Amino acid sequence: MVGNLLLRGMLAGVLAGLICFCFLKAFGEPSVDRAIAFEAQMDDAKAKASMPGMDMPAAAPDEELVSRPVQAGLGLFTGVVVYSAAFGGLFALVFALAYGRMGALEARSVSALLAGMGFIAVYVLPSLKYPANPPSVGEPETIGMRTALYFAMIALSLASMIGASMLHRRLLARLGAWDAAVVAGAAYLVVVTVVALLLPSVNEVPAQFPAVVLWQFRIASLGAQLLMWTTIGLVFGRLAQQHLMAGTPRLGAAIRA
Amino acid sequence: MTSVAFPAKSRPAAIPVRQVLPWAIFGGLLLMLAIYFVGAEEGATSLIRGMYVHEFVHDGRHLLGFPCH
Repeated sequence: MVGNLLLRGMLAGVLAGLICFCFLKAFGEPSVDRAIAFEAQMDDAKAKASMPGMDMPAAAPDEELVSRPVQAGLGLFTGVVVYSAAFGGLFALVFALAYGRMGALEARSVSALLAGMGFIAVYVLPSLKYPANPPSVGEPETIGMRTALYFAMIALSLASMIGASMLHRRLLARLGAWDAAVVAGAAYLVVVTVVALLLPSVNEVPAQFPAVVLWQFRIASLGAQLLMWTTIGLVFGRLAQQHLMAGTPRLGAAIRA
Repeated sequence: MTSVAFPAKSRPAAIPVRQVLPWAIFGGLLLMLAIYFVGAEEGATSLIRGMYVHEFVHDGRHLLGFPCH
Protein backbone atom coordinates (compact mmCIF):
# COMPACT_ATOMS: atom_id res chain seq x y z
CA MET A 1 0.00 0.00 0.00
CA VAL A 2 2.63 2.55 1.03
CA GLY A 3 5.00 1.45 -1.72
CA ASN A 4 2.24 1.88 -4.27
CA LEU A 5 1.42 5.36 -2.95
CA LEU A 6 5.12 6.26 -3.08
CA LEU A 7 5.25 5.22 -6.71
CA ARG A 8 2.14 7.25 -7.51
CA GLY A 9 3.65 10.25 -5.74
CA MET A 10 6.82 10.05 -7.77
CA LEU A 11 4.76 9.68 -10.94
CA ALA A 12 2.84 12.84 -10.08
CA GLY A 13 6.21 14.47 -9.35
CA VAL A 14 7.63 13.53 -12.75
CA LEU A 15 4.56 14.98 -14.46
CA ALA A 16 4.89 18.15 -12.38
CA GLY A 17 8.58 18.28 -13.31
CA LEU A 18 7.81 18.13 -17.02
CA ILE A 19 5.34 21.00 -16.68
CA CYS A 20 7.83 23.00 -14.59
CA PHE A 21 10.59 22.42 -17.12
CA CYS A 22 8.46 23.86 -19.95
CA PHE A 23 7.49 26.80 -17.75
CA LEU A 24 11.08 27.55 -16.71
CA LYS A 25 12.37 27.10 -20.24
CA ALA A 26 9.92 29.79 -21.39
CA PHE A 27 9.92 32.17 -18.42
CA GLY A 28 13.02 31.41 -16.36
CA GLU A 29 15.84 30.97 -18.85
CA PRO A 30 15.59 34.47 -20.40
CA SER A 31 16.39 36.07 -17.04
CA VAL A 32 19.22 33.58 -16.39
CA ASP A 33 20.73 34.56 -19.76
CA ARG A 34 20.37 38.26 -18.97
CA ALA A 35 22.00 37.75 -15.57
CA ILE A 36 24.92 35.89 -17.18
CA ALA A 37 25.28 38.69 -19.74
CA PHE A 38 25.42 41.18 -16.86
CA GLU A 39 28.09 39.08 -15.16
CA ALA A 40 30.19 39.02 -18.32
CA GLN A 41 29.80 42.78 -18.66
CA MET A 42 31.01 43.33 -15.10
CA ASP A 43 33.99 41.01 -15.64
CA ASP A 44 34.83 42.97 -18.79
CA ALA A 45 34.66 46.29 -16.99
CA LYS A 46 36.80 44.96 -14.16
CA ALA A 47 39.45 43.62 -16.54
CA LYS A 48 39.60 46.92 -18.41
CA ALA A 49 39.86 48.91 -15.20
CA SER A 50 42.72 46.81 -13.85
CA MET A 51 44.69 46.85 -17.10
CA PRO A 52 44.23 50.20 -18.83
CA GLY A 53 45.79 50.40 -22.27
CA MET A 54 46.04 46.67 -22.73
CA ASP A 55 43.18 45.69 -24.98
CA MET A 56 42.82 42.16 -23.69
CA PRO A 57 39.99 39.97 -24.86
CA ALA A 58 38.45 40.59 -21.46
CA ALA A 59 39.25 37.93 -18.88
CA ALA A 60 39.17 34.77 -20.93
CA PRO A 61 36.02 33.10 -19.60
CA ASP A 62 36.92 30.19 -17.37
CA GLU A 63 36.80 26.91 -19.21
CA GLU A 64 33.27 25.69 -19.62
CA LEU A 65 32.68 22.28 -18.09
CA VAL A 66 29.12 22.17 -19.36
CA SER A 67 28.05 24.37 -22.26
CA ARG A 68 25.23 26.88 -21.85
CA PRO A 69 22.82 25.05 -24.18
CA VAL A 70 23.27 21.85 -22.15
CA GLN A 71 22.82 23.74 -18.85
CA ALA A 72 19.65 25.36 -20.14
CA GLY A 73 18.38 22.17 -21.76
CA LEU A 74 19.25 18.68 -20.53
CA GLY A 75 20.73 20.03 -17.29
CA LEU A 76 17.68 22.08 -16.41
CA PHE A 77 15.43 19.18 -17.40
CA THR A 78 17.31 16.68 -15.22
CA GLY A 79 17.52 19.02 -12.23
CA VAL A 80 13.86 19.98 -12.29
CA VAL A 81 12.50 16.48 -12.93
CA VAL A 82 14.69 14.81 -10.29
CA TYR A 83 13.79 17.51 -7.75
CA SER A 84 10.11 17.28 -8.56
CA ALA A 85 9.99 13.47 -8.56
CA ALA A 86 11.76 13.45 -5.17
CA PHE A 87 9.26 15.91 -3.74
CA GLY A 88 6.42 13.85 -5.20
CA GLY A 89 7.76 10.80 -3.35
CA LEU A 90 8.27 12.64 -0.06
CA PHE A 91 4.81 14.11 -0.47
CA ALA A 92 3.30 10.63 -0.84
CA LEU A 93 5.02 9.52 2.38
CA VAL A 94 3.61 12.50 4.29
CA PHE A 95 0.23 11.79 2.75
CA ALA A 96 0.41 8.17 3.93
CA LEU A 97 0.81 9.44 7.50
CA ALA A 98 -1.83 12.19 7.24
CA TYR A 99 -4.58 10.33 5.41
CA GLY A 100 -7.29 9.17 7.81
CA ARG A 101 -5.85 11.40 10.53
CA MET A 102 -7.31 14.63 9.20
CA GLY A 103 -10.93 14.24 10.20
CA ALA A 104 -13.16 12.84 7.50
CA LEU A 105 -11.28 14.44 4.60
CA GLU A 106 -11.12 12.22 1.52
CA ALA A 107 -7.87 11.47 -0.31
CA ARG A 108 -8.13 14.26 -2.89
CA SER A 109 -8.83 16.90 -0.24
CA VAL A 110 -5.99 15.67 2.01
CA SER A 111 -3.62 15.79 -0.97
CA ALA A 112 -4.67 19.31 -2.03
CA LEU A 113 -4.48 20.64 1.53
CA LEU A 114 -1.06 19.08 2.17
CA ALA A 115 0.27 20.47 -1.12
CA GLY A 116 -0.82 23.98 -0.14
CA MET A 117 0.82 23.60 3.27
CA GLY A 118 3.98 22.17 1.70
CA PHE A 119 4.22 24.99 -0.84
CA ILE A 120 3.98 27.59 1.93
CA ALA A 121 6.30 25.83 4.38
CA VAL A 122 8.97 24.56 1.97
CA TYR A 123 9.10 27.35 -0.59
CA VAL A 124 7.11 30.54 0.10
CA LEU A 125 8.23 31.33 3.65
CA PRO A 126 11.91 30.33 3.20
CA SER A 127 12.11 32.32 -0.05
CA LEU A 128 10.64 35.42 1.59
CA LYS A 129 13.69 35.41 3.84
CA TYR A 130 16.22 34.04 1.36
CA PRO A 131 14.83 34.70 -2.13
CA ALA A 132 16.02 32.82 -5.21
CA ASN A 133 18.96 34.55 -6.90
CA PRO A 134 20.06 34.51 -10.53
CA PRO A 135 23.69 33.93 -11.54
CA SER A 136 26.08 36.79 -10.60
CA VAL A 137 24.13 37.54 -7.41
CA GLY A 138 25.96 36.14 -4.39
CA GLU A 139 29.60 36.00 -3.31
CA PRO A 140 31.28 32.64 -3.97
CA GLU A 141 32.97 32.84 -0.55
CA THR A 142 29.65 32.82 1.33
CA ILE A 143 28.08 29.83 -0.45
CA GLY A 144 28.55 27.58 2.60
CA MET A 145 26.85 30.00 4.96
CA ARG A 146 24.05 30.84 2.51
CA THR A 147 23.29 27.18 1.86
CA ALA A 148 23.25 26.38 5.58
CA LEU A 149 20.94 29.32 6.32
CA TYR A 150 18.58 28.45 3.48
CA PHE A 151 18.28 24.80 4.55
CA ALA A 152 17.90 25.86 8.19
CA MET A 153 15.09 28.20 7.21
CA ILE A 154 13.31 25.40 5.33
CA ALA A 155 13.76 22.99 8.24
CA LEU A 156 12.48 25.49 10.81
CA SER A 157 9.54 26.52 8.62
CA LEU A 158 8.60 22.88 8.06
CA ALA A 159 8.96 22.08 11.77
CA SER A 160 6.72 25.05 12.59
CA MET A 161 4.13 23.81 10.12
CA ILE A 162 4.17 20.34 11.71
CA GLY A 163 3.88 21.99 15.13
CA ALA A 164 0.92 24.04 13.92
CA SER A 165 -0.77 20.87 12.64
CA MET A 166 -0.34 19.26 16.07
CA LEU A 167 -1.74 22.39 17.71
CA HIS A 168 -4.71 22.15 15.36
CA ARG A 169 -5.42 18.61 16.51
CA ARG A 170 -5.31 19.65 20.15
CA LEU A 171 -7.64 22.62 19.65
CA LEU A 172 -10.10 20.70 17.49
CA ALA A 173 -12.43 19.54 20.26
CA ARG A 174 -12.54 22.93 21.95
CA LEU A 175 -12.72 25.33 18.99
CA GLY A 176 -14.05 23.27 16.10
CA ALA A 177 -12.20 22.62 12.83
CA TRP A 178 -12.39 26.15 11.37
CA ASP A 179 -11.34 28.21 14.38
CA ALA A 180 -8.65 25.68 15.28
CA ALA A 181 -7.23 26.08 11.76
CA VAL A 182 -7.25 29.89 12.04
CA VAL A 183 -5.44 29.78 15.38
CA ALA A 184 -2.92 27.16 14.17
CA GLY A 185 -2.27 29.17 11.00
CA ALA A 186 -1.68 32.34 12.99
CA ALA A 187 0.65 30.46 15.34
CA TYR A 188 2.65 29.20 12.35
CA LEU A 189 3.00 32.72 10.94
CA VAL A 190 4.10 34.18 14.27
CA VAL A 191 6.73 31.48 14.81
CA VAL A 192 8.22 31.69 11.28
CA THR A 193 8.26 35.48 11.44
CA VAL A 194 10.27 35.34 14.66
CA VAL A 195 12.59 32.71 13.13
CA ALA A 196 13.08 34.87 10.02
CA LEU A 197 13.86 37.91 12.15
CA LEU A 198 16.41 35.98 14.22
CA LEU A 199 18.31 34.45 11.28
CA PRO A 200 20.93 36.75 9.72
CA SER A 201 20.04 38.55 6.50
CA VAL A 202 21.90 38.04 3.24
CA ASN A 203 22.03 40.78 0.67
CA GLU A 204 24.64 40.28 -2.01
CA VAL A 205 22.90 41.83 -5.02
CA PRO A 206 25.49 43.88 -6.96
CA ALA A 207 24.63 47.59 -6.91
CA GLN A 208 24.15 47.86 -10.69
CA PHE A 209 22.24 44.61 -11.13
CA PRO A 210 19.09 45.33 -13.19
CA ALA A 211 16.04 45.25 -10.88
CA VAL A 212 13.77 44.03 -13.67
CA VAL A 213 15.89 40.92 -14.28
CA LEU A 214 15.91 40.15 -10.56
CA TRP A 215 12.12 40.49 -10.37
CA GLN A 216 11.54 38.37 -13.49
CA PHE A 217 13.88 35.68 -12.20
CA ARG A 218 12.23 35.48 -8.80
CA ILE A 219 8.70 35.54 -10.15
CA ALA A 220 9.62 32.71 -12.57
CA SER A 221 11.02 30.72 -9.66
CA LEU A 222 7.83 31.29 -7.65
CA GLY A 223 5.67 30.38 -10.64
CA ALA A 224 7.53 27.10 -11.17
CA GLN A 225 7.14 26.10 -7.52
CA LEU A 226 3.45 27.00 -7.53
CA LEU A 227 2.99 24.86 -10.65
CA MET A 228 4.91 21.98 -9.14
CA TRP A 229 3.03 21.88 -5.84
CA THR A 230 -0.35 22.38 -7.51
CA THR A 231 0.30 19.57 -9.99
CA ILE A 232 1.56 17.19 -7.31
CA GLY A 233 -1.37 18.03 -5.02
CA LEU A 234 -4.06 17.55 -7.64
CA VAL A 235 -2.58 14.68 -9.67
CA PHE A 236 -1.43 12.66 -6.66
CA GLY A 237 -4.80 13.23 -4.97
CA ARG A 238 -6.54 11.68 -7.93
CA LEU A 239 -4.05 8.77 -8.18
CA ALA A 240 -4.20 8.09 -4.44
CA GLN A 241 -7.99 8.19 -4.45
CA GLN A 242 -8.03 5.54 -7.19
CA HIS A 243 -5.67 3.31 -5.24
CA LEU A 244 -7.37 3.69 -1.86
CA MET A 245 -10.84 3.20 -3.31
CA ALA A 246 -9.82 0.15 -5.32
CA GLY A 247 -10.31 -2.15 -2.33
CA THR A 248 -13.67 -0.84 -1.16
CA PRO A 249 -16.78 -1.89 -3.06
CA ARG A 250 -18.40 0.99 -4.88
CA LEU A 251 -21.80 2.19 -3.75
CA GLY A 252 -23.34 1.35 -7.13
CA ALA A 253 -21.98 -2.17 -7.06
CA ALA A 254 -23.16 -2.64 -3.49
CA ILE A 255 -26.72 -1.61 -4.40
CA ARG A 256 -26.83 -3.83 -7.47
CA ALA A 257 -25.54 -6.81 -5.56
CA MET B 1 -13.17 14.39 16.64
CA THR B 2 -15.06 15.91 13.76
CA SER B 3 -17.56 13.08 13.63
CA VAL B 4 -20.17 15.57 14.89
CA ALA B 5 -19.61 17.75 11.86
CA PHE B 6 -19.65 14.89 9.36
CA PRO B 7 -22.01 12.31 10.80
CA ALA B 8 -22.97 10.78 7.46
CA LYS B 9 -19.43 10.06 6.17
CA SER B 10 -17.40 7.14 7.34
CA ARG B 11 -13.90 8.11 8.36
CA PRO B 12 -11.24 7.01 5.91
CA ALA B 13 -9.03 4.35 7.45
CA ALA B 14 -5.58 5.59 8.44
CA ILE B 15 -2.53 3.56 7.41
CA PRO B 16 -0.78 2.21 10.54
CA VAL B 17 2.41 4.14 11.30
CA ARG B 18 4.36 0.87 11.58
CA GLN B 19 3.51 0.18 7.96
CA VAL B 20 4.63 3.63 6.78
CA LEU B 21 7.84 3.84 8.79
CA PRO B 22 10.19 1.59 6.76
CA TRP B 23 9.15 3.32 3.54
CA ALA B 24 9.46 6.73 5.15
CA ILE B 25 12.99 6.02 6.41
CA PHE B 26 14.53 4.35 3.35
CA GLY B 27 12.49 6.15 0.71
CA GLY B 28 12.78 9.46 2.49
CA LEU B 29 16.55 9.14 2.79
CA LEU B 30 17.04 8.31 -0.89
CA LEU B 31 14.71 11.08 -2.04
CA MET B 32 16.41 13.65 0.16
CA LEU B 33 19.76 12.55 -1.26
CA ALA B 34 18.36 13.25 -4.74
CA ILE B 35 17.30 16.73 -3.65
CA TYR B 36 20.75 17.28 -2.15
CA PHE B 37 22.42 16.44 -5.46
CA VAL B 38 20.22 18.91 -7.33
CA GLY B 39 20.38 21.58 -4.65
CA ALA B 40 23.74 21.60 -2.94
CA GLU B 41 26.35 19.08 -4.22
CA GLU B 42 29.62 20.75 -5.28
CA GLY B 43 28.41 24.02 -3.85
CA ALA B 44 28.53 24.18 -0.09
CA THR B 45 29.72 20.58 0.27
CA SER B 46 31.12 18.06 -2.13
CA LEU B 47 30.84 14.28 -2.23
CA ILE B 48 32.17 13.93 -5.76
CA ARG B 49 35.36 15.59 -7.01
CA GLY B 50 35.14 18.27 -9.65
CA MET B 51 32.33 20.63 -10.57
CA TYR B 52 30.45 18.60 -13.13
CA VAL B 53 27.25 17.98 -11.14
CA HIS B 54 27.13 21.62 -10.07
CA GLU B 55 27.57 22.90 -13.62
CA PHE B 56 25.13 20.39 -15.10
CA VAL B 57 22.20 21.25 -12.81
CA HIS B 58 23.30 24.91 -12.57
CA ASP B 59 20.21 26.54 -14.09
CA GLY B 60 17.78 24.30 -12.25
CA ARG B 61 19.55 24.98 -8.97
CA HIS B 62 19.22 28.74 -9.43
CA LEU B 63 15.62 28.64 -10.64
CA LEU B 64 14.47 26.23 -7.92
CA GLY B 65 15.64 28.73 -5.32
CA PHE B 66 18.84 27.16 -3.99
CA PRO B 67 21.88 29.33 -3.28
CA CYS B 68 24.48 28.74 -6.00
CA HIS B 69 28.12 29.96 -6.19
